[in-house]
Amino acid sequence: MLRPRIIPCLLVHKGGLVKTQRFGSPKYVGDPINAVKIFNEKESDELMVLDIDATVNKVEPNYALIAKLAAECRMPLCYGGGVTTAEQASRIIDLGVEKVSVSSAAVADPALLSRMAEAIGRQSVVAVLDVRKKGGLFGKGYELSTHNSKTSHKVDPAAFAQQLQAAGAGEIVINSIDRDGEMKGYDIELAKQMRAAVKVPLTILGGAGSLDHVSELLGACGVIGAAAGSLFVFKGQYRAVLINYPTHKQKDDLCRAALRAHDKA
Amino acid sequence: MIRIVDYGVGNIQAFMTMFKRLGIDATRARSADELEGATRLVLPGVGAFDHAMNLLNQSGMRPRLEEMVLERQVPVIGICVGMQMLASGSDEGEIAGLNWVPGRVKALASHPLSKDLPMPHMGWNDIRIKPGQKLFADFEPDPRFYFLHSYYFDALDKQDVSATAEYGHDFDCIVSRGNIHGVQCHPEKSHHFGAQLLKNFAVL
Repeated sequence: MLRPRIIPCLLVHKGGLVKTQRFGSPKYVGDPINAVKIFNEKESDELMVLDIDATVNKVEPNYALIAKLAAECRMPLCYGGGVTTAEQASRIIDLGVEKVSVSSAAVADPALLSRMAEAIGRQSVVAVLDVRKKGGLFGKGYELSTHNSKTSHKVDPAAFAQQLQAAGAGEIVINSIDRDGEMKGYDIELAKQMRAAVKVPLTILGGAGSLDHVSELLGACGVIGAAAGSLFVFKGQYRAVLINYPTHKQKDDLCRAALRAHDKA
Repeated sequence: MIRIVDYGVGNIQAFMTMFKRLGIDATRARSADELEGATRLVLPGVGAFDHAMNLLNQSGMRPRLEEMVLERQVPVIGICVGMQMLASGSDEGEIAGLNWVPGRVKALASHPLSKDLPMPHMGWNDIRIKPGQKLFADFEPDPRFYFLHSYYFDALDKQDVSATAEYGHDFDCIVSRGNIHGVQCHPEKSHHFGAQLLKNFAVL
């Protein structure tokens, strides 16, 4: 049986790993290569590494860093940050990365995903959408954002995800800006809406503070990807840095119970 | 000495890293001459079937590979699209495959039980292995592997199937026919489960 994927998501900022809160106040949590080594030992399902500087600084992906990460990583690796062309995506795949994610470049030009799918295969093309609740007194529903939440787009995230899927995305990652780093649980309503909207594999990021939150997400959505930053780099309410990940047994028990709950619902 | 066939497609580096960690001597081969001396061959592959076949056909390595695999019986393992290339052809493309193992590559979604599932098939899945295969020596119970694909190798002779996985329907995920092996999942990215399989392949 296909299992849900439980995925640590690491953010690279100024060469180090950081964890943000609501896309701001980055806190240094360690060295990227060292973190990959620890997740190797813990045998995590996948790993996602996002360079949060590249797009904002309008620079190319840091190929030297990607090569080092890929050489070290013994689980499937998804890299994102600064990718704007299919050629860049090909180069990253050749370095030993399984999946390449794009966000703002795909929002600006969804056809980029078609060109990437042509070059590296749809299974390796990931679209990350940063989503937040609409603000204001009469705000209802969600809106899309890019450039570390600095730019808003007046499009419905679910409809836009469908468009990206049609263009060539093999996976959609939904990153909740409001929940980022809060550790109070995933936005289940958003996750359910997106699950109903897309046919490709879906991964939800933003909000997990405990394995119970992961259970809650899987119970609501079934077999999907549950990604988290804070959960896997912090320990306790004071956010002491401690890289952690559930054991195979913990994960199996958690998934089995959550999927049973999902099937009943 | 293991040679990883580097015809321009696939995650060569991931295999190099994995073999190095296992203490197994492996290098990449970019030409027919570099294939020589190989006691084992790894044929990787990702992306579209036609793209991979085109590049292999243009690499100048195919005649030597066929001689080594089909005549000299050097053990070979095709991985992901590298496994699919062992077939006669693929529903994903138009170019003929290597036709080393009888079978054809089909879309997972072409099966009525799988057509409504998310595609690609992405993530960790259990595999059901045929007992007694050397490739699975010292496997622990409930082996699981990482998958990332939308097409699969459908073996013509089910005697060749050494493992299946279930995604809507049971599909062939590992084939072994004499010295020729193919795995759809990614042993190079499947932690200790994959390491064991590659270790077994190295001493077949």
